[in-house]
Amino acid sequence: MQSDTKPLLSVRNLKTSFFQDEGTTKAVDGASFDVFAGKTLGIVGESGCGKSVTAQSILRIVDHPGRIVEGEIVLTRADGTETDLVRLKPDSREIRSIRGGDIGLIFQEPMTSFSPVHTVGQQIIEAVLLHSAVGRKEARHRGIEALRSVGIPKPERRIDEYSFELSGGLRQRAMIAVALSCDPRLLIADEPTTALDVTTQAQILDLLRRIQRERGMAIMLITHNLGVVAEMADDVVVMYLGRVVEQGKVDDIFHDAKHPYTKALLQSIPSIDSTPRAKLPTISGSIPHPFNRPTGCPFHPRCVSFMPGRCDTEVPPLLPVGEGRKASCFLYG
Amino acid sequence: MTIGSAGPGKSVLLDVKGLKKYFPIRRGLLQKTVGHVKAVDDVTFFLNRGETLSLVGESGCGKTTTSRCILRAIAPTAGQVLLSDNDEVLDVATVPKSRLRALRRQMQMIFQDPFSSLNPRMTLFDIVGEPLLVHGVGSVQERTDRVVELLSLVGLRPEYMRRYPHAFSGGQRQRIGIARALALNPRLVVADEPVSALDVSVQAQILNLLLDLQEKLGLTYLFVAHDLSVVKHISERVAVMYVGRIVETAPTEELFASPRHPYTEALLSAVPKPDPRLRSERIVLQGEVADPANTPPGCHFHPRCRYAQALCREEPPVQNEIAPNHFVSCHRAAELSLRGVARSMS
Repeated sequence: MQSDTKPLLSVRNLKTSFFQDEGTTKAVDGASFDVFAGKTLGIVGESGCGKSVTAQSILRIVDHPGRIVEGEIVLTRADGTETDLVRLKPDSREIRSIRGGDIGLIFQEPMTSFSPVHTVGQQIIEAVLLHSAVGRKEARHRGIEALRSVGIPKPERRIDEYSFELSGGLRQRAMIAVALSCDPRLLIADEPTTALDVTTQAQILDLLRRIQRERGMAIMLITHNLGVVAEMADDVVVMYLGRVVEQGKVDDIFHDAKHPYTKALLQSIPSIDSTPRAKLPTISGSIPHPFNRPTGCPFHPRCVSFMPGRCDTEVPPLLPVGEGRKASCFLYG
Repeated sequence: MTIGSAGPGKSVLLDVKGLKKYFPIRRGLLQKTVGHVKAVDDVTFFLNRGETLSLVGESGCGKTTTSRCILRAIAPTAGQVLLSDNDEVLDVATVPKSRLRALRRQMQMIFQDPFSSLNPRMTLFDIVGEPLLVHGVGSVQERTDRVVELLSLVGLRPEYMRRYPHAFSGGQRQRIGIARALALNPRLVVADEPVSALDVSVQAQILNLLLDLQEKLGLTYLFVAHDLSVVKHISERVAVMYVGRIVETAPTEELFASPRHPYTEALLSAVPKPDPRLRSERIVLQGEVADPANTPPGCHFHPRCRYAQALCREEPPVQNEIAPNHFVSCHRAAELSLRGVARSMS
C-alpha cells in the first residue's frame, strides 16, 4: 500500500489449511497484506473468514491438524535483517524469541488466556525473564511498571493477585501489560474488546492508542466490529472465507467501498446514528460451512452483482482498483 | 415514586413497580447471610401494548435479572409486575403457582445463545411444538399445522421440521427460537440479547424479522441488550440501567439526541461509530462499575460521574419526568446540558 517505507511485516499469499478426516478446510486461502511501524492495520471479517488463523499463522501457533501450506511471512527485525517466519520451526529458538519479543499478542478472552494457578505477576515476570537478560528482582520491577503503564491502580499489590481476582477490564489491561512487557514492535490484538462492555472497550481502545503513540508500535487489530475498525485503523483488510476481498485506507473502505461484500456489510450494520426502526438492508443467506466452499468467488452465492458463468467458475485475483487499494472482484477487471 | 401513564390512545400491557431482587451472600458453616447482592434495586417502568422497550446497560447492571423477574423465572424480592390480561390486571410477582402456567402463555422469551438454547436431541417439530404440548393445545394434526405455519412465519422451510438443530446455522437457529416463542400467541415477548451471538450480516436479518413479526402479530417486545446501535434500531423507548437501577427512560430518538443522565451520555459516547470521519473525543469513564453487593451511598454513579457534587454522594436521586415521557434519576438533570449522538450527514 505504501511503497516508500518498508513494511515491518509482509504477508504474501499465505495459505493455511486444516487437514481433518472429514476433509481439508482452507482457513486462509492466499492472504497478502503489509503492516507498517506506527500504524494500525484492521483485519475485518465475520466468523470463519480466517482472521484469527492468519494471526496464529504469523506467530506459528496454528493448532494441529492445521498447517501453513504456502506463502511467506517476512518480518523485518530490529537490526534490519529479514526473517521468513514460515521457514522457521514452530518450536525453534528463533520463533520463540520473536513470539512475545518482537511480536506481542492479546487474545479475545482475558479470562481463559491467563493461567488460574499463577499470579498475574508470575506470568509477566516469566515473559520478561524469557526475553531479556535481567534478574528476578529487576523483572518484578519491570512487571510492576508494565502494570502501571496500562493504568492498573496499585500495581505493587495487583501483581501478586490471580487473574480471577481482577475485573474484565483490569484483566484485559493485565493481558496488554504481559504483551507489552518486552517492548514488541508489532502487537497483534485478536478481538481485544469483544468480551468487554462499551465503556470498558473505550478505555482499552484509548490505552492502545496511547501506547502506540508513545512507542511507535505497529498494531494488527483483528475484529468483526466495524465501529472499532473505523475508530482505530489506518488501513483495512476485509476478509471473507479465507480470502482478502478488499484492502485500502480506512476512509476509502468506509466511504467508497468497491467489493460487493464490503458494501453489503457496511449497509447491514445497525448504526447508532441511524433512523430508529427502519428496515436494514441485509445480505441474503449465511456464511457457508467451510466444507461447502463455493467454487469461484467465495461470495458469489450471496452477491447482488453475481455474474453467472464467471463468478462461479473463476477465482477473482486481488487487483489494484485505485491508489493504494485493491479488490478481488470481476466487476473491476 | 409515581410514573406517568401511557398517554392518550395507548394502553399499558406491563407495569413494573418498585421491582427488587436481592441475592443473599452466605458465608461460613451455618451459611449465615452476611449481605445482599442488590441485582435489581427499585426498578419502575411500563410497557405499552405493541411497543418495544429496550433495557440497556453493561454486564452486571441487572437487566437480565429484571427480565427474568418479569417472567417469574425467578421470584422477585419485592415489587409488582402488573400484566393486563384482557380486562383483568394480574400481579405476576405474587400470583399463585397454580395460575402461573396459564399466565406464562402470555409471556415468552427469546434467548441469547441459539446454540445452547435448543435441545440437540429434539427435532424442529418437537422444539417448536413443545409449548403447545405443555399447554395441551390441539391434536397432533393441529399441532403439526401450527408448527408448519410458525416455521414459514419465521422464514424457515416447513420441510425442515424433522431435522435436528445441528443442521442449521446460527441465524436459522435463532429463527427456530423465535418460532418456539411465538407458538402460543403471546402478547409479551422478552428478548434477551437475541442477536449478540450472531454474525453482523445475519444480525440484520433477525432484527428485520423481529420488526416484521411485531407489525404482523401486534407483539410487545421487552428487548434486553447491551449494543446501543441494535437498541436504537429496534426500540421505540429505551431504559438505561446502572447497578440495579434505571437511570433514564426516554423515547429512542430523544434519548440518543439529548440524553439527560451523565451515564447515558458516557455510554453513548463510548460506542465506536462505523465512520472514520466521526472519530471524536470520547468521554472515557474512569474506574469500574460499582459492586452491587456494596453499592456506594447516594447516586450509584457518583464515583465515576464528572458532574458529581456533594449532594450526589449523600442522597439517592429520585426519578422524575423532565420532559414528556422522559424520566431521569439525577440531581443535576435540569441544569446540565449533555452531549448526544449527532445525526450523520449521509
